[in-house]
Amino acid sequence: MILIVAEHTNGKLSKSTLEMVSAARSAGREGPITVLVLGQGVAAIANEAAQVADQVLVADHAALAQYNAELWAAATTQIAQEGEAHTILIGGSRSGREYAPRVAVKLDAPYLEDAISLQAQGAALRAQRYTYLARVTETVEAEGAVVVVSVKPGSFPAAEATGAAGEQYDVDLDLPAARVQVTGKTVEKTSRVPLGEADVVVTGGRGVGSPENFSSLVEGLADAIGAGVGATRAVVDAGWRPYAEQVGQTGKTVQPKAYIAVGVSGAVQHLSGMGKSKYIVAINKDAEAPIFKVADYGIVGDVNVIVPALIEAARK
Amino acid sequence: MKILTLVRQVPDAEARVRVQGTTVDLEGTTLVMDGMDEYGVEEALRLRENGANVEEIVALAVGPKRVEDALRTALAMGADRAIHVETDTPLDPIALSQVVAQVAQTEGAQLILVGGQEADWDSQALGAATAERLGWPQLTWTNELNVDGDTLTGRHDVDEGNESFQATLPAVVTTQQGLNEPRYPTLPNIMKAKKKELRKDDLGQYGATPKVRVVSAEIQTRARLNKVIDGKDPQAAAQELLGLLRNEAKVIA
Repeated sequence: MILIVAEHTNGKLSKSTLEMVSAARSAGREGPITVLVLGQGVAAIANEAAQVADQVLVADHAALAQYNAELWAAATTQIAQEGEAHTILIGGSRSGREYAPRVAVKLDAPYLEDAISLQAQGAALRAQRYTYLARVTETVEAEGAVVVVSVKPGSFPAAEATGAAGEQYDVDLDLPAARVQVTGKTVEKTSRVPLGEADVVVTGGRGVGSPENFSSLVEGLADAIGAGVGATRAVVDAGWRPYAEQVGQTGKTVQPKAYIAVGVSGAVQHLSGMGKSKYIVAINKDAEAPIFKVADYGIVGDVNVIVPALIEAARK
Repeated sequence: MKILTLVRQVPDAEARVRVQGTTVDLEGTTLVMDGMDEYGVEEALRLRENGANVEEIVALAVGPKRVEDALRTALAMGADRAIHVETDTPLDPIALSQVVAQVAQTEGAQLILVGGQEADWDSQALGAATAERLGWPQLTWTNELNVDGDTLTGRHDVDEGNESFQATLPAVVTTQQGLNEPRYPTLPNIMKAKKKELRKDDLGQYGATPKVRVVSAEIQTRARLNKVIDGKDPQAAAQELLGLLRNEAKVIA
């Protein structure tokens, strides 16, 4: 079987899970598409998953109330072995890429990380992935009785409901004790569209000038056109914006339909996080800024003048 | 406590990357110690400087002859000695973790520091895979770390924000920006580093073979439209851009 470990937040199945179902279908490997739901109080999530999968395995367990790499790895491995899964798909989120390697080691399986495409090639499984700060696309393949794959969010279309609800089964797990204790948690909330899911992202860089300008210009424009808000590393390092908004090598990777970079110079590390956006728009007073080299549209001008004009025009 | 700090050598961020045949060719490219790993070396030094009981800091690299340079940098920053497992065979992170785990065991390391996502293979897997092989817990994307006796505390980034954590050594910690500001090696320390031990191992003794094959590699150049509007008349420029986004790109309503 093909085993997909569901990603979910706040009692809802994440879009990435639906994308993994598409990835599994596109791979062209045999066997039922099975979604494993790990967590506590996950009945509604399991029902959602049943709309797109052949079958759903539900591990509703108090110990799984909080994500933990070792527990997730142990649970996934156990179910993969019991169900004789040959292909295991895990979301390419921060947590997914944290426990997927542990599953691969436990199963002595190859690991295709952060896949953007997936295809059976005879006995092998072939994937594409980005390397070298997303400047290179590598095609990699692995053979094995079991292959573990993490799937890059936003790379596959979300699967549509099949109309026939998949069967659901409860599973028992033999879980280890958690060895990492979480002693505090800060959840960064935003009232806007989450950065990773937004069709349009407006990102501010140091060229915006100040935290106040960031609010009025970047957030102002985002609100005027219904976009998510991003920030460069320099802006986050300066303490103007929370880390959750950071786009780039050490922050989030986004691939929206339009990425509007305001006062962003375009360092390679930043480009690695947004270079795959469908359209890139640059607004910067420096016509030589590297961001213009990758831009589809750009305005050379002072962001303090251009952005307010954009906000005004967009509101009309 | 003995700390093992892993070092990869990657192209400088501004260097051009070239593909030759089916793989990336680094010949003639400026190579540096990965910035993510620098945070790890620096953190090991700071733990010692801040009073943690650090017996020895060992830098480890696996790769061709040239990665010696990255190890010399780690030694010049202050690592006590280095181990170079020399090989021209590219290893995927899962295979590489086999080498790292064995070195950690023979060295009796209790803390392994490694970059969260390195700039060559864009992978986050090495730390986690190594932790699994050793049966150790892992803390990834760490931006604050304290060691008190056997207790590890700190803060790290997770999907929805960040968490404070507590764990017991031994453990694997993956590092990232914000953890510290890595120091530059000074000239005297660069000179001193030349006398520090840099042991050469052969990959054969670790029995690690790649599990993933690279079939091909392509430089991603996507043709961009490069339509640049002069912003001298802000209102006109704004109208023109919105028009393009609405009617040509059709990305906003």
